[in-house]
Amino acid sequence: MFASAGDALLSHGMKQTGNISLHHLQSVIFAMANPWVAAGIVLLLAFFAAYTSALSWADLTYVLPATSLGYVVLALVARFALHEQVSPMRWAGIALITGGVGFVAGGPALTEHEPAHAEEHETVSSGAEL
Amino acid sequence: MKHLYTWSAIVVIALASVVGDVLISHAMKQVGDVGLLRRRAGLWTVVTRVLGNRNFVLGVGAMAVAFFSLLFALSWGDVSLVGPAAASLTFIGNAFAAKIFLHERVDRRRWIAALLVAGGVALLAG
Repeated sequence: MFASAGDALLSHGMKQTGNISLHHLQSVIFAMANPWVAAGIVLLLAFFAAYTSALSWADLTYVLPATSLGYVVLALVARFALHEQVSPMRWAGIALITGGVGFVAGGPALTEHEPAHAEEHETVSSGAEL
Repeated sequence: MKHLYTWSAIVVIALASVVGDVLISHAMKQVGDVGLLRRRAGLWTVVTRVLGNRNFVLGVGAMAVAFFSLLFALSWGDVSLVGPAAASLTFIGNAFAAKIFLHERVDRRRWIAALLVAGGVALLAG
């Protein structure tokens, strides 16, 4: 959700800023002063915190498809807030993503690599005491 | 020409994202479950341990490259093309990179999920 909303805000802000020329790369820094771009960055930071937290207990190939549900939200935001066209092809894309996420969600979240688990059980019990 | 710029930026976004994702995922596995760590040692410990991890810092650097490429791409093309196209390439790249560098067990279920999601975001760009 945060990633989609952040991308949409960035898109709106960057359209206000206008095209950035490769000869004036510094203008990308000034673009960050645009309130829409700044708000987009804040939301993307919130997404990043949640994403790294998920990566601490689950595989990358599990977390990444799960976060892609955000692209479904992004398409809806692009359609209803930014008034971009969402064709039947894009709705089919949304269906594929949803199916893919359902697929990966049914499997294990983490590849067991060996040790580490004695410590984990210990921390779980000490965490429960708190 | 604008089209070429957009797709060049999309490729850079995807490559930088894969490098960043792999480094950050590796770093977070080194740090361990942050929920358990926070309950055991407090939030400050979690923050210092994450920010003090070299792989995490390098991964964030790669993500910064991806982010600035995204800003360029968004000034040239629609968000509904740039976002899904870059993500689609990133999904495929990440499935390979996670298997090779992170030694994750990418079984048939995960390959199918990666392909479905990559196909889905590609259709979104259509």
